[in-house]
Amino acid sequence: MAKMNMIQAINSAHDIMLEKDKSVVVFGEDVGYFGGVFNATEGLQEKYGIQRVFDTPIAEGGIIALAIGMGVNDLRPVTEIQFSDYIYPAFDQIVSEASRLRYRSGGEYWAPITIRTPCGGGIRGGQTHSQSPEGIFTHVSGIKTIMASNPYDAKGLLISAIEDDDPVVFFEPKRLYNGPFYGDPKQPAQSWEKHAKGEVPDGYYTIPIGKAETVRFGNDLTIVTYGTMVHVSLAAAEMSGYDVEVIDLRTLTPLDIDHIASSVCRTGRCVVVHEATQTGGFGAEILSQIQEECFWKLEAPIERVAGWDIPYPHAFEWEYFPGQGRVLDAIKNVMEG
Amino acid sequence: MTPNNGNKLNVPAPRKRPGEAPEFHNLDIPDAGAVARPDVMMDPKEMFGYANSLIRVLKMNNKAVGEWDPGLCADDMRKGLYHMMTTRIYDDRMQNMQRVGKMSFYMKCRGEEAVSVAQAMALDDKDMLFPSYRQQGLLISRGRDLLDMMNHCLSNSKDNCKGRQLPIMYSWREGNFFSISGNLGTQFCQAVGWAVASAYKGEDALAATWIGEGTTATSDFHHGMTFAAVYNAPVILNVVNNQWAISSFQGIAGGEKSTFAARGVGYGMPGLRVDGNDFLAVYAVTKWAAERARNGGGPTMIEHFTYRADAHSTSDDPSKYRPEDEAESWPLGDPIERLKQHLIEIGEWSEEKHAAAIKEITALVTRKYKEAESYGTLNSGERPEVSSMFEDIFKEQPEHLRRQRQKLGV
Repeated sequence: MAKMNMIQAINSAHDIMLEKDKSVVVFGEDVGYFGGVFNATEGLQEKYGIQRVFDTPIAEGGIIALAIGMGVNDLRPVTEIQFSDYIYPAFDQIVSEASRLRYRSGGEYWAPITIRTPCGGGIRGGQTHSQSPEGIFTHVSGIKTIMASNPYDAKGLLISAIEDDDPVVFFEPKRLYNGPFYGDPKQPAQSWEKHAKGEVPDGYYTIPIGKAETVRFGNDLTIVTYGTMVHVSLAAAEMSGYDVEVIDLRTLTPLDIDHIASSVCRTGRCVVVHEATQTGGFGAEILSQIQEECFWKLEAPIERVAGWDIPYPHAFEWEYFPGQGRVLDAIKNVMEG
Repeated sequence: MTPNNGNKLNVPAPRKRPGEAPEFHNLDIPDAGAVARPDVMMDPKEMFGYANSLIRVLKMNNKAVGEWDPGLCADDMRKGLYHMMTTRIYDDRMQNMQRVGKMSFYMKCRGEEAVSVAQAMALDDKDMLFPSYRQQGLLISRGRDLLDMMNHCLSNSKDNCKGRQLPIMYSWREGNFFSISGNLGTQFCQAVGWAVASAYKGEDALAATWIGEGTTATSDFHHGMTFAAVYNAPVILNVVNNQWAISSFQGIAGGEKSTFAARGVGYGMPGLRVDGNDFLAVYAVTKWAAERARNGGGPTMIEHFTYRADAHSTSDDPSKYRPEDEAESWPLGDPIERLKQHLIEIGEWSEEKHAAAIKEITALVTRKYKEAESYGTLNSGERPEVSSMFEDIFKEQPEHLRRQRQKLGV
């Protein structure tokens, strides 16, 4: 066990897989010599050589196409898209190619690729370095989407993603890289040092894809969330005075609906929280499935807390970010009507 | 609007449209044999001229001339001829079957058979092919059973793509033939990735990929060229310039400003331009590029200068956008006819043998088609199991797909 922040945990996952499997190669913009703009691949080129950890041209579509071709030739590529805001030039390769290759070829070919990409706001990144585009990918059949909320999960899930024979888009909320964030920017920054999920095994372990985790147990209401909003929701739950259960999805698709439904059917009340914009967001899908599974057990309408349907505004970051106050309001609405 | 000094919007248009006589006299076509064959490891910086010339071996008098003559034995040339003839007869049959409603769609490659057949023959079987949708000759040359190709096109119970793909979007792993996408150009940089992996593993297999001249306008083309050049990938990047992208002539893709082969020059790789209707020339440039790649020389881009003699697909009518007899007027002739005449010229073939071969291939195609139909067509007979449509989304079927399958009741 070691104390790791999320970057170190992600770095460690790469390290372990590069060591374990010669078919693993790691590449992306600035990931080689420099070790990535967030240092996620720091030291790996030095350790494993330039042929296994290398820089790419600035062409996200090319990066993913390269990965698909390498995957077809028996390698296991791990790519970094520097910011998820930059993933769109690769959209065709992810959505039309990687996700459907196994299907369209009748199972003859597949794309065992991992696409890591930092997402989310709260870092003064403006509208081009703060987006949460996961809902665009959860809509696509044939890719798995993950968003880790802490170092322990990030490492275990990333190893699972790399070992998975299907394409995985792995979102990393960059606000959480150095510490949990509870939604109040005025509070001093926290580190992972004192957090239980900052305790990370040095060696190999996996967290299964497709399994949610209950990170706070309660009987009054269930919050379903993921990424940065896990921590914000926990803080709001604490402040609310209610006995709130919080579920961290960890994997968005395939969605662990059974886990969610068993909680919501028990509590009868639910709030769905994400940082991404609301309309057509993944929260709508979660809400719809809860309605299908739990309608007759519900005591109150489900509420959603999400980003406003606007680009992430630089100067109004904290008016945009769905902070503790909005989650707290939603809890109260659902509890008190 | 402010007046300017002659600045004018330029929208390129072809020289001739329906109702007009075709006109190709503007084309600069050097004589066969006029272009020298460089050393396979020549520095691309010294090869600019190749991008603006045209490598040709077969003269219009049916003789093979010049340094690029690959010196193929008669047996190999007859094999090439046979594959090209099979491709054409297969195409004709399948198009007819589409017309009578046996399948939803078809695309012929008439006039372009030399590109895929000669290239498949010039490559090793271990080399990986990332084709576009008009290279069925690759499959035929590599010996794929016509029955399997037909089963796929009919989306029947024996379709290896399990009824999921539009006809002609073949996949054939056993033959190192990648699954055809349908989204233009996406395979171009994927082929580079495959080639990079080959180099990473220290193997000498290379990748070859094909796109049309229209697709050079996509970002995928640029990605493929950039990544291939940067990583010195053992890959052959083919641009089949068949003059037409559905109804858009090659000028809409930028072909009026420079040749497509010249694109290679800018990326620091050889850009070879070859008469795509000249079986021997296509074979020779492919051998050259393959040898270069296997020797560590990296990528080569090849522009195949040819003509799409039929419609883009069964969904368009070329008489609406180009002169009707343009194909017949193409100054570089027809690839089958040219190789046939060459073989006759050297005493290795005859009209009688040719007629007999047509008969034999037609009988084969007819027999294969009858069998294929017995396994079903899109609209009748057996189809793949309906429940299979929920499979292969992922390696393991997730719970939600199992539930959706149950909901459909299959």
